Amino acid sequence: MGSVARVGSHLSIHDYLGTIRARIGIARNQYRLNPGLYCIGKPTADSPVFVTANYKLSFDALRKELSDIDAWILVTDTRGINVWCAAGKGTFIADEVALQVKRSRLAEIVSHRELILPQLAAPGVAIYELNKKCGFKGIFGPIRAADISLYLSSGKHADERMRAVTFTFSERLVLVPVEIALIWKLFTLVILSVFILSGIGPGLFSISAAFSRGVIVSGATVIAIIAGALVTPVLLPFIPGRQFWWKGLLSGGVTGIIYVLSIKTDGSILEAISIWIWIVATASYMAMNFTGATPYTSLSGVKKEMQQGLIFQCGGACVAVLLWIASPFMV
Amino acid sequence: MKNFRYLDNTAILKLNKDACIGCGNCVTVCPHRVFQLHTKKAKIIDYNGCMECGACAMNCPSEAIFVNPDDGCGCAAYIIQSWISKVRGKTVNACSC
Repeated sequence: MGSVARVGSHLSIHDYLGTIRARIGIARNQYRLNPGLYCIGKPTADSPVFVTANYKLSFDALRKELSDIDAWILVTDTRGINVWCAAGKGTFIADEVALQVKRSRLAEIVSHRELILPQLAAPGVAIYELNKKCGFKGIFGPIRAADISLYLSSGKHADERMRAVTFTFSERLVLVPVEIALIWKLFTLVILSVFILSGIGPGLFSISAAFSRGVIVSGATVIAIIAGALVTPVLLPFIPGRQFWWKGLLSGGVTGIIYVLSIKTDGSILEAISIWIWIVATASYMAMNFTGATPYTSLSGVKKEMQQGLIFQCGGACVAVLLWIASPFMV
Repeated sequence: MKNFRYLDNTAILKLNKDACIGCGNCVTVCPHRVFQLHTKKAKIIDYNGCMECGACAMNCPSEAIFVNPDDGCGCAAYIIQSWISKVRGKTVNACSC
């Protein structure tokens, strides 16, 4: 039998830096570890077996909580995707768990026949199939690794609180960087077009206008992204309405007014209106995109709100661009 | 999660009481506590809390639960991509979450 890799429960500065990199979207698709069996502490044949994904953030979240526990960790190959998303995408499934049980020859290492899975693996793993697929009975532990110790000490019972997802301030805040990082390509394209459109005027094309007006819209775009991807998620429960495009519209509307009033343009009122509409439409789109990161929006709901949201956002962006092009001709 | 509510009467979630064997798996796995066990049958107690994650249907041994089977985690960008690729007849790459 091969040796089992032992891991510590203490996260090093290197682990934390890796977490930050993954959170801001740097090489987050390569943040995976080798599937197979790991051990933490000095587990025996009676020690519990925890199953997780091979995304390092998931693995770290688990081992960090096992400092007082001698345990086995079975890492499944979820292509470097976290537990919940991998379950939803169908890579964290009973077949894959069974495969790793056999590959690691777990039956020869532990004397019991029980696997503890994270509850959020349930959209992918049919727990009742595990026994016939690999001879191990699966049970669902709590949603959060932080509850594991309490779960074990209460006789492997998870209460209602442990079984329900939350979406706290800090849980929302950590999602913000990657939302912003994922749109930089689109952002660059938009800014390029903005500078070109801003140069169009009565004298056909003006480099100085392209620059001075382009800077105003670039600033507006940054403000819109902040409104949609930072202000909206952070203030989510306090912004009226349930649809995300609407919440983004409101936060974009308010931040947009502040922006328009704070910049000193010598341009027309038409220009100011155009900038405001641009901010509102862009913030609305960014907020709508945040639905993918929340733990409570249904796909049916997102599709439904997108039908209204996209019409508003596309319409708004078109109006903003037309007003922006037209405004130098109206002065 | 009672402080976060999404669109009412939108989720696709159906429970066939006749097929239910009362195992309680759905009660265990639901991250929004949509189910409860009443007289050895599952009961939907918070339909509007459903986010269509599919955990209940996946873990129902008697196929008594139906949840919106469409793929996707629900980011707008991914849905737009899948709409575009449907028009162009291509398959869409998985999103980056």
